Order: sequence, then C-alpha cells, then structure tokens
Amino acid sequence: MPNFEHPEYPEATLLHLESMVPCRESQVSSLLSVFGERQHFSFPSIFIYGHTSSGKTYVMQTLLETLELPHVFVNCVECFTSRLLLEEILTQLQNLSSENKHGSHVPCDTFNDFVRLFKQEIITQELQNQTVYIVLDKAEQLREMEANVLPGFLRLQEMTDRNVTVVFLSEIVWELFRPNTGCLEPFTLYFPDYSIEYSADFYAAYINILLGVFYTVCRDLKELRHLAALNFTKYCEPVVRGEANERDTRRLWKNIESHLKKAMQTVYLREISSSQWERIQQDDGEPGHLKGLSAHAHVELPYYSKFLLIAAYLASYNPARTDKRFFLKHHGKIKKTNFLKKHEKTSNHLLGPKPFPLDRLLAILYSIVDNKVAPTANIFSQITSLVTLQLLTLVGHDDKLDGPKYKCTVSLDFIRAIARTVNFDIIKYLYDFL
Amino acid sequence: MSKRKSKETSSVNGECISQVQRILRERFCHQCPNGKLFGVQLQYKHLLELLKRTTIHGESNSALIIGPRGSGKTMLLNHVLKELMEVKQVRENLLQVHLNGLLQTNDKIALKEITRQLQMENVVGDKVFGSFAENLAFLLEALKKGDRDSSCPVLFILDEFDLFVHHKNQTLLYNLFDISQSAQTPVTVIGLTCRQDILELLEKRVKSRFSHRQIYLLNSFDFKQYLKIFKEQLSLPTEFLYKPFTQKWNKNVQSLSEDRTVQDVLRNHFHCSKDLRSLHMLLMLALSSITVSHPFMTGSDLLEASKLYRMDSKANIVHEFQKFIQRKAHSMYNFEKPVVMKAFEHLLQLELIKPIEGLSVRAQREYLLMKLLLDNNQIMDALQVYPNCPTDVKQWATSSLSWL
Repeated sequence: MPNFEHPEYPEATLLHLESMVPCRESQVSSLLSVFGERQHFSFPSIFIYGHTSSGKTYVMQTLLETLELPHVFVNCVECFTSRLLLEEILTQLQNLSSENKHGSHVPCDTFNDFVRLFKQEIITQELQNQTVYIVLDKAEQLREMEANVLPGFLRLQEMTDRNVTVVFLSEIVWELFRPNTGCLEPFTLYFPDYSIEYSADFYAAYINILLGVFYTVCRDLKELRHLAALNFTKYCEPVVRGEANERDTRRLWKNIESHLKKAMQTVYLREISSSQWERIQQDDGEPGHLKGLSAHAHVELPYYSKFLLIAAYLASYNPARTDKRFFLKHHGKIKKTNFLKKHEKTSNHLLGPKPFPLDRLLAILYSIVDNKVAPTANIFSQITSLVTLQLLTLVGHDDKLDGPKYKCTVSLDFIRAIARTVNFDIIKYLYDFL
Repeated sequence: MSKRKSKETSSVNGECISQVQRILRERFCHQCPNGKLFGVQLQYKHLLELLKRTTIHGESNSALIIGPRGSGKTMLLNHVLKELMEVKQVRENLLQVHLNGLLQTNDKIALKEITRQLQMENVVGDKVFGSFAENLAFLLEALKKGDRDSSCPVLFILDEFDLFVHHKNQTLLYNLFDISQSAQTPVTVIGLTCRQDILELLEKRVKSRFSHRQIYLLNSFDFKQYLKIFKEQLSLPTEFLYKPFTQKWNKNVQSLSEDRTVQDVLRNHFHCSKDLRSLHMLLMLALSSITVSHPFMTGSDLLEASKLYRMDSKANIVHEFQKFIQRKAHSMYNFEKPVVMKAFEHLLQLELIKPIEGLSVRAQREYLLMKLLLDNNQIMDALQVYPNCPTDVKQWATSSLSWL
C-alpha cells in the first residue's frame, strides 16, 4: 500500500514513484495534493527552496515524468537572458505535443509576445484540459533579468487565462525575491536536508564512519557521495589484505580515520584533484607530504625581502602611535588609559591590515635590521617584487609617485614562519600580543 | 444488491469530490468571475455608473482604482464588465483594450498591442506615423462607423498602472487622458494600481488631464465580516449536482465557522493580512487534503494549512550558521581554517550574510565586513529545530544571544 494516495493515478505508478524518492515522502505528498487532478486548477505559482543537493530538481523531474504531466523544464543559469528563457520555454512547449515535427525556432523578444504565443500554443494542442507546469530551476537568476520577468511569471495563470502553474526552484528564501511594490505571492514549500539513517551492514558501517567525520561540516549530498566513492577502496583494504574481516569495525575504523581526516583537508577543499588522491592511495606509502595547492604559495625570499615583509606586517597591524615604543631605544611607556582600551576591544588582527606609507616601512626596516641598510634602488625594487608576488598590495592610485601606500596581505602563520627563518621574534613586536 | 449500492455511493463520492475540488479550486486559484463580491458595494455601484455613462450616453471619463495587493481590484472590474455586457447595446458596441504594465514595457509595444486588440492591423498596414498622437488619432478615426456620426465607445483598461508612469515622457498616458478630455470619441481610461501615491508619479500635464476620480478598495471589513466571507467562499453553490452532498458540506462549513479553533486560526490569519487572496491560499491548502476518504473539512485541516502557510523560511535555512559557530567552540571538532572558510562562502552564497559595500571594494576575502541578515530569534528557532546539534553550540548561542 503506497504512502501516496491519489484517485487519479494508478497504484503501480505511485509505488514506483515512492521507490524513486526516498526520504522525501512528505514533500512529494504535499505536492501531489496541491497539484490535484489533471484538469483541476492549482496555485498560479509555487516556490520550492532548500539547500544545495536537497533533491529539489530531482524530485520535481521524477514526479512530473513518472506521472506524465505536461511540463517544461528550464534552467535559468543556462538561459541567462529573458529572450533565451522565453524562447526555450516556447520551443519545449512545441515539442510537448508533436514528437514528429521538431518545433521551429520561435523568436520571442518581449514578455508580451511570450504571453500571446503561449496562448496560441496551448490552443493548438490538446493541453487545454490539463495543467501545464513550467519549472524554472536556479530561479535566483531571474532577479538579474528585466524587472517584469519575475512578476510576470508569478501571474502567468492570470495573464494567459489558461491552466498553467509556474514552479520556482531556488536555494534562496522567498523574502529576497519579492519585488518592491509587491506581487502575487506564491505557495512556498521547503525541502529540508537529508538526515542520517543508521543501519547495520558493511556498506552502511562505512557510510556511518564517513558521515561521522564529515556530517558536521557538510550536508551536501553530491560532495558526500564524491568523498564516499573516493575513499571506499582504502576502507576495504584491510579486508582485501586479509587482516580483518567484515565485522571488525574497530580495526577498519583505525585504518581509515587518519585517512579521512587528511581527506578533509585536501580533497574536500579541492586542494588536490581526485585522481591525485587515488594515486596516493595506491602508493600506500606513509602519508607523507601531500603537496596541495596552497602549499605552492610558499616562496623563498632573499634576506632583505624577508625583513621588508616583516616590517610591512608590523606596519600594517600595529597602530602608528605605538611605533615609538617598539622601535626606539629609549622610549617612554605608553599610557594605556581606560579610554584607549575601550576603543581597542577588537584586535587589529580581526579587522585586517591597514595601509601605511612607504616612509614608515623604511623607518621600521632600519630599526629591525641589525646592520646598516643603505636605501639603494635594490631595496626599492625588492618592494616592487613583493607587490608583484601579491604579498604586499598597493593602495590607492599607482600614479602617486612620491607617497605610495601599501598594505601587507599575508597571514600570521606565514609571517611567523618567515620570521623564524631569520631568527626574529615577531610576536614581541606586535601590539595585539602585548 | 447492497454491495452494488455501496459501490455506487462510493463512485458517486469520487466523482463528487472531484467536482467539488474543481469548483473550489477554480474559485480560489483562478478567481473565476462567478464569485461574489464582499464589502465593495459602493465602489461597485460607482464604477458601474461610470461605465454606463460612457457606453450608453457617450461620455468620456477616466478613473483610477487604487488598493493594496489582493484587495480585489481586477475582480471588481471583471464583475462590472460582466454586468455591463448583459445590456445588448453595450455588447454590440463596446470595444475593450486590456493593457498590462508588466507586458507592455514601453510605448511602442503598447501601441502595437492596442492596434492588435482593436483588430486594426490590416487598416494600419505599413503606414508610418510621425508621432504617437497621430497613430492613436488615426486608430480612433478609423473606428467611426460608416454612416453614423457617433463612434463606438472604447474602454482602455490599464493594469499595473504604476509601471506605465515610468515610460519615457509618459506619452501613452498623456495621449490617452488627452483623448478622454477632448470628447471626440467616447473613451474611458481605467487604471488599476497598488500604489497609493500614484498621483505624485504623474507628470503635471498628465495629471491635469486626469479627472482625479479615484476609487479606493481598502479591505475595510472587520473580523465578523471576515468570518462571513470565509463561510461564503467555502460553501458550494446551490446549483451543484450532488444535492445531498451539498447540504452536508454547507452544514459542515457552518459548524466550522462556529468552531473555536477555526476561529482562532482565522483570527491569526486576519491579523497578519486581511486581503482575500491570502484567505484563498489558506483555503486552497486546506482543500488539498480533501479526498474520498476524508470528504469533509475539519478544524485540524485548517490548522495544518495555516502552519504550512506561515512557516518562517529563514528559521529553516539558518542551519548553515552553526558551521560558522563551530570555529569558536574549541571542542573536539577542530576544523582547519580553510574548511571553515568554505562553510563561510556557502553562507555568503545563500545570502544569509552580505558584504556591506558591494563586491567592487578591493579587500581581502577574509577581511570584508559583513552584515548578518537574520535576527536573534530566527537563529534561536533554527537551533531548536536543527537535528544533531552539538550541545555546546546550543549553549554558546543561548548565552551570547540572550543578553543582546
């Protein structure tokens, strides 16, 4: 006895439908009850939203195809202008009835023409008695088109005076779609994420372990499936080698745990490609040095460039008035009055780097380098090469020749690594760590 | 014999339910013109009088129907037109042109549409006109019947009138109102709009040609009338085929309207939005649970429908937020920074947070100042609903969000 009951459709179809949409029974049954029988009217527009990979597109397509309802399916990212979108809908509509003649390309410039041609199309086919469904996937792109497209589709049933329902699929909530002067509100339906189901055989145990590591981070079905496929061979290894049998979950878990954690850092973040990952698995050596994409960001710098970078970092993250304390031999104490403290609750490291003038950079550089540094062109060209490496950024216009301002764009970990190579304790010089 | 009888009654029920669904769905979703009007008797009379004067006595007029979304402007107009069409003289003479601001987005398209609706395409042919006014004048001239000196009255209905004021120079509006003032052909221009400040949007020369006749539809009924409307909208018409079922159904509706829970549901709904369109949506949702095995609506149906209708969208989607909170939890889940960045970007894509200045500001991704588009209650609601939420995240949220 299927969960879905509907007078219109035979039981076999409904059973088949139920088998194809696991975990989505309640959403499908509400859709079925809203659709009603073929010739009945339904809501003029329906808005379905939910996270990536929560099954919206799949469920809609399966539902419409299994029940053989006349529908048009368009992706708004593919048809990114209104003209492409409208012509695509009309072409698909032509193909609905006549399988023999492939519809000629229908030119359609404006929404006005669309409504007129739509009315004509429906009359020429036997679609008059059935509800025609127009499904617009990735509907958030509709907001980028002309202003009349979205309200027009919401009212299409009224404007064409035909039995048509427009279904919008999107990840973004309806409130961000609503036009300024209001519109005909659609019926909104939410597709929640898939939830964990626990069960007890071998493959299920694998999935449970995988989900245990990744579920808190990622609920996207596509990503999880990708990760599952990649890591499965490694998981099966102990069984294949004969070290453990299928039920020995603890040993399997120990084997796979560090592997999955590494996977989180690399494949999940797309640092290395999946083929590289598989090759590493096959090598089966010690985990070793996985050179991901971000590892390539590390560069070897010449001696003075390192100090320039350190000086730039200090200039960016220390407020200018504290320079005296850090870099002069005989400095006074900074009076940290209550007034100052209140305004400095947010550490500079959270706010990001501040721009500094070139003179300040050079002043700091002279004070942190032990021996005397002559301001030759060598030093200045090193500053420019740091800018090219995008470790510094030029702020403001680059035609300001006498007072350029820079900003340091490296992270704290990076600069600590660099400072360590020149034996410089940068933490002592940072205001936030006083 | 009894088996056949029961099969007959059940088949009658199936067919009957199907017919019930058909009629009610048409009433709720498609706003068929056979419905009844509520609380707008004065406006109805006013509009009818106006249109009669144009069509029968040959006067030119203009009027604006103003009311918030879903208050029944189009429905009112359709009713008036239906009654008007019952007069023979009107039916034979009146020409109607229906324009919509969403469809005709500039004046050229509007003019082509007018030509098409007046069925003058072959008359106009390939003529080239110097200006809009000439074109329109030509059209109206051509409407004059051969021997009679009076021409057919033309009714221009402009839906989404506030979109027409954004056309260049408001030429269409200017010309239409101009003709309605110059009394050559009896022309009436009726605009329907949801903006109350529509008169300020009109240019001076357009405003002076407008007759300033405004008909307001302001949903000015109270809760008792709302209940009555609910009852009437849900009742089946007396000429429905299956008489015994109709009686039972209507009696059920009567008892529903006296039921306390139903009244509470309706009162909540009434306080949110008074207009009829949202009532129709609620009734449509409740209607979709009517099947052969459940042929009469109950209070719980309406309660379910109300919950479905008013589900807070953001409380559902905010699940993602907790991934961002993870960073500060310092619990067993020690996620690396890039993993958290990926979750953060997902939040950005879902538009739960938004950068303060647009993306053109050249700052590093991690340091862009963001604005959170949710408020604390929504976050708290989402955390209650979220499955498998770690307890320390919940506690952290309660402690830091509660004193704000």
